[in-house]
Amino acid sequence: MYGRVSLFVTCLVDQLFPNVGLAVADVLERLGYQVEFRPQQTCCGQPAFNSGYREEAQAVAEHFIRVFRDADFIVVPSGSCTSMITHHFFELFPAGSDLREEVEYLAPRVWEFSKFLLEVAKVEDVGARFEGVVTYHDSCHALRELGIREGPRRLLAKVRGLTLREMSIAEECCGFGGTFSIKFPEVSAGMARTKIESILKTGASTIVSIDSSCLMQLQGVIARMGVPLETKHLAEILASR
Amino acid sequence: MNGRDALLAEVRQALGRQKGQAPPPPPPPRIVIPELSLPQRLALFRSRLEELGGKVLEVPTLAAARQAVAELLDGPAVASNSLVLAKAGIPSLPRVVSGLRDAAALREACRNAAYGITSADFALAETGTLVLMASAQEDRLVSLLPPVHIAVVPVSRLLSGLDELYNRKAKPAEETSAMILITGPSRSADIEMILVRGVHGPRLVQVIFVDEDVE
Amino acid sequence: MIISAERKQSIERAVADPKLQLAVYSATARLKQKRVEAVSPAELPDYQQLRECAHQLKKHALENLDYYLEQFEANVLAHGGKVIFAQTGKQVGEFIATLAKQRGVSLLVKSKSMTTEEIHLNEALEREKLEAVETDLGEYILQLAHERPFHIVAPAVHKTRHDVADILSQKLGVQREEVPEHQAMIARRTLREKFLAAGIGISGANFLVADSGAVVLVENEGNARLCVSAPPIHVAVAGIEKIIPRAQDLPVFLKLLARSGTGQRLTVYTSFLSGPRRAAEVDGPSEFYVVLMNNGRTKLLADSSKRESLFCIRCGACLNACPVYRKIGGHNYPWAYSGPIGAIITPQYQGLSQDPWLPYASSLCGACAEVCPVKIDIPRILLELRHEVTREERRQGKNGLERFAFRAYSWVMRKPKLYAAAGRAAALGARLPGMLSLGPARLWASQRETPKPAAASFRQLWRQRQAGRLP
Repeated sequence: MYGRVSLFVTCLVDQLFPNVGLAVADVLERLGYQVEFRPQQTCCGQPAFNSGYREEAQAVAEHFIRVFRDADFIVVPSGSCTSMITHHFFELFPAGSDLREEVEYLAPRVWEFSKFLLEVAKVEDVGARFEGVVTYHDSCHALRELGIREGPRRLLAKVRGLTLREMSIAEECCGFGGTFSIKFPEVSAGMARTKIESILKTGASTIVSIDSSCLMQLQGVIARMGVPLETKHLAEILASR
Repeated sequence: MNGRDALLAEVRQALGRQKGQAPPPPPPPRIVIPELSLPQRLALFRSRLEELGGKVLEVPTLAAARQAVAELLDGPAVASNSLVLAKAGIPSLPRVVSGLRDAAALREACRNAAYGITSADFALAETGTLVLMASAQEDRLVSLLPPVHIAVVPVSRLLSGLDELYNRKAKPAEETSAMILITGPSRSADIEMILVRGVHGPRLVQVIFVDEDVE
Repeated sequence: MIISAERKQSIERAVADPKLQLAVYSATARLKQKRVEAVSPAELPDYQQLRECAHQLKKHALENLDYYLEQFEANVLAHGGKVIFAQTGKQVGEFIATLAKQRGVSLLVKSKSMTTEEIHLNEALEREKLEAVETDLGEYILQLAHERPFHIVAPAVHKTRHDVADILSQKLGVQREEVPEHQAMIARRTLREKFLAAGIGISGANFLVADSGAVVLVENEGNARLCVSAPPIHVAVAGIEKIIPRAQDLPVFLKLLARSGTGQRLTVYTSFLSGPRRAAEVDGPSEFYVVLMNNGRTKLLADSSKRESLFCIRCGACLNACPVYRKIGGHNYPWAYSGPIGAIITPQYQGLSQDPWLPYASSLCGACAEVCPVKIDIPRILLELRHEVTREERRQGKNGLERFAFRAYSWVMRKPKLYAAAGRAAALGARLPGMLSLGPARLWASQRETPKPAAASFRQLWRQRQAGRLP
């Protein structure tokens, strides 16, 4: 009744957090969407782009465009990867370049998962239940490049059994930053520790985000610190009943 | 080619501009003057300055201003050559030095004074600011060297804020070599972010608004 | 990206120094919070319009900079001042030293200026046997301690009151004093004598107003006012990018600068200075010089994609917002300018080969751009600089391993089957002992636990899921 959405699960979810991708599919299907996964998909090119390897990023971006050029809705469980496509593809393919028109056509069809729920599916309550106290981590690219701030919180507010407690520095970076995390490991982990210390003060037991990369960073430092916190992607919360 | 021409040529080359090429019109100035009645301006000025640790008095006449100043002084003072102060008779108060036209003498007097007394060309309500334009009437040091600065200002000079000031004085340089905005007492937070007043300038700014015009 | 072992160790030391971390984190948190309040819609409803307006004004002024520099010069001359054009920092030092010698001046007072920090003016004057005294409280403490500013607006933010007590008692021979207020009064007394004895006052410039030939200085302590009022000669040193077209543009910039920097509505003192003391005026300097300095700025001007780096009004908001600055601190940035703005301008001024790590010292979180009052797109410029670094490395044949890795990445990511197979191989491999000793994995694991590889990839699970649904 609603039409088709194509998942771009991101390489990180594909390889490390497949449950996040499945949760996205579950939520969308419950809402009546027909969900497809195009197995030719790989990565958006962001790791290379952010490291300064534009030619390499461009080649990966071209592959992305070829895979998804005819999709109506492309849903992505990541603010960062969404922003790579909807914002930075324009830098990779400046006005006058061969694929510019394709990028202009494609970019508005690419949706970060929570934004898709609220603005396309127009739902706040997806019928989820999750018992627990959670805190929401604003991932930087979602927040500052896509303007996603209230949306995920509105979705969480409708989850039965869930209590949302804000940390004081929800909008500060977790320190991941792609290759930054291995170029400056001490700085990167120090940023995560600052964040986790703020989270511990909320009394929440679960950190929710819309980016698995932030959660991977936070989970890694949480495990090293040995503190009682778990991380969950928003889709996993919304898929639970 | 001298240093000047070489630098300008380098700038032009960087920008792809020709010597003497006129620029496109700049964006229009953004001047937004809020509508504030005099009582509103007064209340705003007071709250702004008090927030910063300054003080505000309102008096009806120049004579009352003189009285208010007299009550504040308990040490040597220097008064600027402002017409407002003269009309109020402040230079004739005991222990007030005024009428100094020699920079060295003025500096010496300011150094030893506990109070510096000036008027102001304008005051700005939105920020609690005094505006002093260097002239024969207002020098630079009386409001700066002594530990307390007292300003006697006709209330008609109280503007809404920065926008109104620069609307009235679009070209301050045509009138003065120095237009100084003073917003509260001198302060620093350079050590552990702890607020300290009176670091180099006055530790107290006392404004006396007079509801009487001069000239 | 290549970083020296010394720099890397110094960064690690800063991150591991709890005293430094606490001092910097709490000070920047406070400045950050004050800024948020000062630009909130209730306090400044037209904040976003002001930012846009400031951006457009800076853009216009810089795109027509030669015109406005000439206009500025003509107006300074008309009011009896002089303008000196300096291509390099060395020329600035030479001009001031020569002027001092001609006028028989041996003591100079200085107000805080990042531009003079940039060119190490104090050291240059010292070599000429001239005494140049910093008079901003924080800068004065740092000058006594022989350190450079840690932060653009809060230079001694890394010093505790106990550090300050040590410095003042050791360097000035005064009694040890632990209370900041008393420490400030020691500085007031000592510096007051310097102001009154100095022959030249040196200032920077927050703005140069073209239509007035005016130098605008903003400050809180009054030391800049004293520098430009007490000595008989005032020399302002300014980068050519500080030009704004009109005095009427000042409200926009003044509202943004103080609120972004310290959360004040306006700094305590704003001085609009146009020339030497005029005939009728009672006091003020009798000579007024403005040194307009290039020192590499035309390089930035020529690059239209990164020209906006020159819009900076030095409010320091990006430092307070930057989680990396807050961890590594100001002294790990190699030049006078630290934080995100330092990370984009230093490589542009000094070339990319000197500190190619700078544009990489960022998680690209964008907090800097969010708070920038003149809307400099710092993350975009960081990314462009990273691109330039890799191109430069390619040319010089450096950092080959990383380049190879990204070539391989790019190749694999265009071959879905190979990607899928490689992903599974890596997942299997990660279970093998010894895998964690490999470069990136080892760096990751040095600070955090490595995620457990999923037993099956999404694409494998998806195939199973869809197969299970077939009728």
